[in-house]
Amino acid sequence: MSRSPLLEVEDLRVHFNTDDGVVKAVDGVSFALERGRTLGVVGESGSGKSVANMTILGLTRAANADISGRIVFDGRDLATLDAEGLRSVRGNQISMIFQDPLSSMHPFYKVGRQLVEALEVHQEIDRQEASKRAVELLGLVGIPDPDRRAGEYPHEFSGGMRQRAMIAMALANDPKLLIADEPTTALDVTTQAQILRLIERLQDEFEMAVVMITHDLGVIADVADEVMVMYAGRVVEAGTRDEVFYDPQHPYTWGLLGSLTRVDRPRTARLAQISGQPPSVISPPQGCHFRPRCPHSFGRCTETPALEQRILTPGHADRCWLEPERKQTLRVVSSGEIGLEEPAA
Amino acid sequence: MSRVEAPSQRATDVRAPSAAEIEASTPGAGGALLEVDHLVKHFPIKSGILIDREVGRVRAVDDVSFTVRRGETLGLVGESGCGKSTLSRSILQLIKPTSGSVRFDGRELVGLTARQMRPLRREIQMIFQDPYASLNPRRRIAQIIGEPLALHGLRSGGERQSKVQELLERVGLSPEHYNRYPHEFSGGQRQRIGIARALALEPRLIVADEPVSALDVSIQAQIINLLDDLQNEFDLTYIFVAHDLGVVRHVSDRIAVMYLGKIVEIGPADAVYANPIHPYTHSLLSAVPIPDPRQNRAREQVVLEGDVPSAADPPQACRFHTRCPRATDICSEVEPRLVDYGSGHWAACHHPIGRESPRAGTVG
Repeated sequence: MSRSPLLEVEDLRVHFNTDDGVVKAVDGVSFALERGRTLGVVGESGSGKSVANMTILGLTRAANADISGRIVFDGRDLATLDAEGLRSVRGNQISMIFQDPLSSMHPFYKVGRQLVEALEVHQEIDRQEASKRAVELLGLVGIPDPDRRAGEYPHEFSGGMRQRAMIAMALANDPKLLIADEPTTALDVTTQAQILRLIERLQDEFEMAVVMITHDLGVIADVADEVMVMYAGRVVEAGTRDEVFYDPQHPYTWGLLGSLTRVDRPRTARLAQISGQPPSVISPPQGCHFRPRCPHSFGRCTETPALEQRILTPGHADRCWLEPERKQTLRVVSSGEIGLEEPAA
Repeated sequence: MSRVEAPSQRATDVRAPSAAEIEASTPGAGGALLEVDHLVKHFPIKSGILIDREVGRVRAVDDVSFTVRRGETLGLVGESGCGKSTLSRSILQLIKPTSGSVRFDGRELVGLTARQMRPLRREIQMIFQDPYASLNPRRRIAQIIGEPLALHGLRSGGERQSKVQELLERVGLSPEHYNRYPHEFSGGQRQRIGIARALALEPRLIVADEPVSALDVSIQAQIINLLDDLQNEFDLTYIFVAHDLGVVRHVSDRIAVMYLGKIVEIGPADAVYANPIHPYTHSLLSAVPIPDPRQNRAREQVVLEGDVPSAADPPQACRFHTRCPRATDICSEVEPRLVDYGSGHWAACHHPIGRESPRAGTVG
C-alpha cells in the first residue's frame, strides 16, 4: 500500500489587506508531512510560521484575508471546507497547542469540565464516562493527583501543569496531527524538557504527526525529523534535521546557526551576527527577501529563486542562487563552525 | 578551614559565606566593585480586614552573598521565581532589602535615603527585558535618552542634543532618529535605545535583567555583541540576569546559580558549565537542548520531576531536596552550606557531583 502523506500543503498564500497595504504573511509555502513524523518549523517573528499553520486549521479566515493554495489532510482539501466541515476536523483529527496556555483556557471553568466539553463535542459519550476519561487524560500527561486536579481552575495550575492540561485537551480525541506553536517558549528549561519528552512519548504511543513551530534551534535539534526554515513569508530551506544542521544551503540558515550561543561550548570572542532588520512584509525586497542582509548577494538575487533541490541530496531544497560548490567555501568560518560570515575582530 | 566551621549562635542558622570570603577564594586580581553580604528580602503575606496581620513570608532572597569585580560580567541564572529579579532590584535599592548589606565601591547602599542614593544612581544603571514597556510611548527619543542628563543637571541645550546623538550613533542607531517616537522602532532598536539611556550617565555598573530574551535570535546576537563592545570601550561591569543559559555562558566571566532565594553554586563560568557541582546546576544545564542534533543525542539528559516549590513555603534544609535525584535523609534534615571547592568555585550540597562530600562538621 503506498501511503500518501498525512498532510500536504501546496503553494499556500495568505495575504491580508490592510490600510497600509497588502501584508504577504505567507507567500507560497509548500510541504508534506508523513504520519508519526515531526516537522520543525523555524523562523523569527513575522516569518509567517504561525500564520501558515493557523491557516491549516482555518483560523486565519478573516474578511480581509486572501487565502490560496491546497491543504490536503488525509485525502481532503481543508482549504475548500466550510466552517462546519472544519469544525469536525479541528480539535478532533488536528489539534493545536499554543505558547500561552493560560489564555487558551477558560478561566471560569474547572479544568476537568473543559476537558469533558472537548470530548463531548466530538464523541458520542455520556457525561460520566467523559469525566472519567478527562481524569485519565490528566494522568496520562503526568499531572499528579488527577482526580483532585480536575476539580481545580486553570489559575491554580503552574505554567508547566497548564501546558500539560492543554496537551491533555489536545489529545482528548486522539488526533492524527498535533500543531504545537512555541509550546515551551513561556516555560523554564526544566519544565520545557518535561513537556518535550511528554510530547515525544505520546507521539510514539498514538502515532501522531507533530508540527513543532519554534524560534529555538535547540528545540528543533531535539525533536524534529524534518526541518523547514522560514523567512519573510517563504520557506528558504527544507530538509531532514541533519541536512539542515550539518549541510545548510541557505545563507540565512548559516546566519541563524552562527549566531547561537551554546551551553556546551566555552565563549567565543564574538557572535557571528546577522546585520540589519527583518524586512517589511508589506514591501519586501524584490527577489530573494534575505538579499539586503546577505553578505554574499549578487546580481541575480533580485530575481526570486524557487524552493528546489540544488544539491545531490534528494529532498533537501533551498532558495538561493549561489553555486552549491561556492557555498561550501563561503559558509565555513575559521573555527570550523558554520556561519554567515567571519565574526568581526 | 575557618569558613567551614559553624559560624553562628543558633544551631539552625546556616549563614552563607560572606562576600569577603568568596572574594578571597577567587583567583585573579581586580578588586570587588560590588559586594553583596547576607542580603535578605522577604515579602510579608498579609491577611485581615482591620489589622494587617502577617501570616507568612515569601522568602524571595534568603541570605545571599557574592561579589562583582571591576570590568567583569557576573551571570545570574535560575528559573522563574528563584529570586534573581528581586535580587537585582535589591542591589539598586529599587526594592528595600529586609536585611544585609550592599556595598558599591566601598559605600554602603542599604539604608540610604532617596536623596542620598541619587548621586549613586549615576554610577549604577539598569537595562530592562521588555523594550516595549520600558520606554515612554509619548516621549521622543531625544527626551528618553536625554532625561537622565537633565535630571542630574548635566549638560544643557545644544550640548545635551549632541551627547544624545553621539549615544545613538554609539549603539548603532542613526543620529537622525533623534526626534522619533518609540513605536517607530523594532524590538531590537528599542533595546538599543534602552542601552543608550543607561549609558547616558556614564555608569560603572550596569544591571541587565533579561536584556535579550524578548528579541529574535539574529537580533539577540547583535545586542550581545554591542554590550560586549561597550564593556570594553567604557570599562563597564555587568550583572547579567537571564534564564537562557547559552547566552549567560557566552557573556559571563563568573556565574551564580539561584534556586528558591539561595545561591546554590557560584564560580568561574567555564568551571560551572563544564564541571557543575550542584545537582540543580547539572540538571538545569542538561535540560537545555543543544542546537546540534548529534551532540544532543549523545548526551544524557536529567529530567527533573515536578515544579519549583513555592518560595512562601520552601522545603526544609536543602531547598532542592524534593526534586533532587541524589537526595538522601541528610538533605531534608540539615541545610548544606556553600563550600569552597577551590579557585572560587562554591556549591551548597551534601552530595556534590564528582567531588568528595563536605565534612559533616559544615553545620553547627
